[in-house]
Amino acid sequence: MENLRLLFAAPSLSLQLLLDGVLIGAIFALAAYGMALVWGVMGLINVAQGELVMLGGYAAYFLYRAGIHPLLGVPVAAILLFILGWALYRVVVFRVVDKDLFISILATYGLSILLQQLANGLFGANVRTAESGFGTLVLLDGAVTISEIKLVAFAAALLAGAALIVFLKRSRMGQAIRATSQNARAARVMGIDTDRVYAWTFGLNAAICGASGALVAMTWIVHPYLGLPYTVRSFMIVILAGLGNVFGVLAAALGLGVAENFAGFVLGAEYQAAFIFGLLVVILVWRRFSLARQRRYLT
Amino acid sequence: MKLPAPRELLIPAVILAFGLLAPVLAPSYRGQMAFLWVMIVFALTWDLLGGQMGYNSFGNILFFGVGMYACVVVQRDLHLGYYAALFLGMGVGALLAVTVGALIGSGLLGLRGHYFAIGTLGIGIAAGELASGWDFVGGGGGMVPPLFPGAVGGRETFFYYLSFALAVVTFPVLRFLYAGRFGLAINAIRDDEDKAEAMGLRTTRYKTTAWCVSAFFLGLMGGVVGNLVGFIDPREVAFAGSTFGVWMVLMAILGGKGTLWGPVLGAAIFHVTKELFWTYLLGWQRVALGLLIVVIVVFFPRGILGWARERWPERFGQRVDEPASEAGR
Amino acid sequence: MTPILEVQHVRKSFGGVVANDDVSLAVPAGKIYGLIGPNGSGKTTLFNSIVGQHPVDGGSIRFAGREITTLRVPQIARLGLLRTFQQTRIYRGMTCLQNMLISVPPAGLGWRSVYLRPSAAEERKAEDLLQFVGLHAKRHLPGGDLSFGQQKLLEFAMALMSQPKMLLLDEPTAGINPTLINGLLERLRQANRDFGITLLVIEHNMRVIMQLAEYIYCLAHGELLAEGKPEEVQKDQRVLDAYLGAT
Repeated sequence: MENLRLLFAAPSLSLQLLLDGVLIGAIFALAAYGMALVWGVMGLINVAQGELVMLGGYAAYFLYRAGIHPLLGVPVAAILLFILGWALYRVVVFRVVDKDLFISILATYGLSILLQQLANGLFGANVRTAESGFGTLVLLDGAVTISEIKLVAFAAALLAGAALIVFLKRSRMGQAIRATSQNARAARVMGIDTDRVYAWTFGLNAAICGASGALVAMTWIVHPYLGLPYTVRSFMIVILAGLGNVFGVLAAALGLGVAENFAGFVLGAEYQAAFIFGLLVVILVWRRFSLARQRRYLT
Repeated sequence: MKLPAPRELLIPAVILAFGLLAPVLAPSYRGQMAFLWVMIVFALTWDLLGGQMGYNSFGNILFFGVGMYACVVVQRDLHLGYYAALFLGMGVGALLAVTVGALIGSGLLGLRGHYFAIGTLGIGIAAGELASGWDFVGGGGGMVPPLFPGAVGGRETFFYYLSFALAVVTFPVLRFLYAGRFGLAINAIRDDEDKAEAMGLRTTRYKTTAWCVSAFFLGLMGGVVGNLVGFIDPREVAFAGSTFGVWMVLMAILGGKGTLWGPVLGAAIFHVTKELFWTYLLGWQRVALGLLIVVIVVFFPRGILGWARERWPERFGQRVDEPASEAGR
Repeated sequence: MTPILEVQHVRKSFGGVVANDDVSLAVPAGKIYGLIGPNGSGKTTLFNSIVGQHPVDGGSIRFAGREITTLRVPQIARLGLLRTFQQTRIYRGMTCLQNMLISVPPAGLGWRSVYLRPSAAEERKAEDLLQFVGLHAKRHLPGGDLSFGQQKLLEFAMALMSQPKMLLLDEPTAGINPTLINGLLERLRQANRDFGITLLVIEHNMRVIMQLAEYIYCLAHGELLAEGKPEEVQKDQRVLDAYLGAT
């Protein structure tokens, strides 16, 4: 609680935490938007979402090691992850799309363990980061500092999200995806190859996660075990925002980033993970009781 | 109540005899065999919720961890004799697990389907993270239960029989519950919870009870395993969501979820296979685990007994009566 | 005679769509009443409002002298007001007998009885009711293995097992083999006569409802269009218009 007092004593500290939180939030929003896309179109909750972020991070890291600037690594990571997502759909995910929810959750949970442990075996458990060589901005006479990379990552995240949205709005495939999300049966009757649409959707989701992971790798760190918190964050954001609500996702994600940053400061870093998972439970239970008052269920 | 036919008692008798004699026949495998019974209890208590009630929990490990910590804290802080402290600790652990279950149950069990699955996943991990930050229970370094007072090697035998006894109690208790109205009610909740509510069933009461029964046995088992393993790591032993927590789900599914013997069969097959082959995988065990989950869930979601029930429904009591017997009425 | 079910000025809308607007009706105890109306006229919405599936926007609903407007589904069911579903709902993984045994009157399910086996009397009653709807031979089959029509019969038998005061039936004859309809109607009448269960029946089949109900309410566009004895409703010009395309 010492830290809480500190927070009130130094308002600039709050500003610092707020800024950092907002800047992380945009990256959360990317993965969450991908989850909402897959959830809405395929009716599937992808528990391996965070692992896709993690692999995107490793892609950017290895590209950086090969001499490619991390910012250029972002689109490359997205493309690599698109291919991976497509392949995952063709090998595993397509088999569980029409199955009951638990099967798909457990199957993607299995995938998440598989990818996490593969990364652990192949890349080692060490913490990695992709140095981008940006400096630090000092504001308000040194009371608030922002590393430029966070600003760049924030902008890049918004840009990547916008690119995906434009793709969904404008391209033929994007229109097919949106049609399928509204009514897969009708889309099939109208001659849309929904299997292909699902493959694209999962691929796009993986791509956006890959971009998000690349940004994570250059702003913070990558390690094999960072996946599950990202999955849980995405899930929370989607529950709060609802499916198909872009600005809701962004707002919830920024809010989560800020909340996490403050919690991490007040409770101490060792409780940050506990905070994320605890918050998930609190949000779920709160949603359940608020809906129950209207005789409704969280479905 | 009529006694079961001798044929039905054959399998339980064989299992009992095996369980009692195993440490004598193969003393060097007592530890592994103790874990066989642990796994059976894991699968049975998971199936109570996931298979029989349709509430697929990823967080049952919570009760296991709570029981384990409570037991070892009692052993550490109350200066009683070894056995008194152990049994008191197990009791306290079970009670605490049930209390936790009842408290969070009212909130979590109102969630349906995937919300419940992911909510319970969150609570299991949150518990592990909390424990590893809490110095009273040793923080990230974990705890060590007190030394066993008996002879060298006596510890394994003692905890072998303790986990065996626990499995032997768990199975008939669940069987008894499934045979009564409780079993019917949780099956009804699994098949169509809205219908059960429309028929006026107090679904929350049944769900909380099921959750607490599961918590009770896992809480007891937590104390046993804490002492059997010999140290408590918050994330790897007590709240081991990525090993024990996933195994329980996998074993129940492998054997056939929602069947009485399925979890027992699944746990036995999984555990034996794991003990035989795991060491050859040298560090890639968890990759294999992930792969195994995907393969079983995708290709074999009904499990062994579920498959058998589809193949030979008559053997599971699903039959059409002959018109002749109809005429007699 | 005081009505057992009294719906007054109930309103319900979904978003901008008004599903029920100022609907009032009353069903006296021990009678069979009908509720008709073209597709989308708000019949099922009204059922859902009555049994507590969703909140109503206005109005009040009373059952057996009790205000139930804000109660939720299980509470209302425990008062003795049950409904069956248009898309039949049974416990698909359980045998027919088990479906019946879990449908005993919920008021009698105290803490203690929960852990006991169903009594011999209950089992006998379950078998008798299965016999009553003609499913006795299939009592050991899972409910999900039955045909749609048989599932409807099972759902009806489950409702009887629960000894409700009143039963709301959502299209009991839809999807049932026409040759079996007369038998079903006879059973509905029998349930009403012998067990004293008040019935409110949604039905599309005009011939059926005219035979079965002694009084009929007709909904159109979410509003109560007409009410009266079957003969009267049948001749009502507004009802004819509503059904014959003037919608």
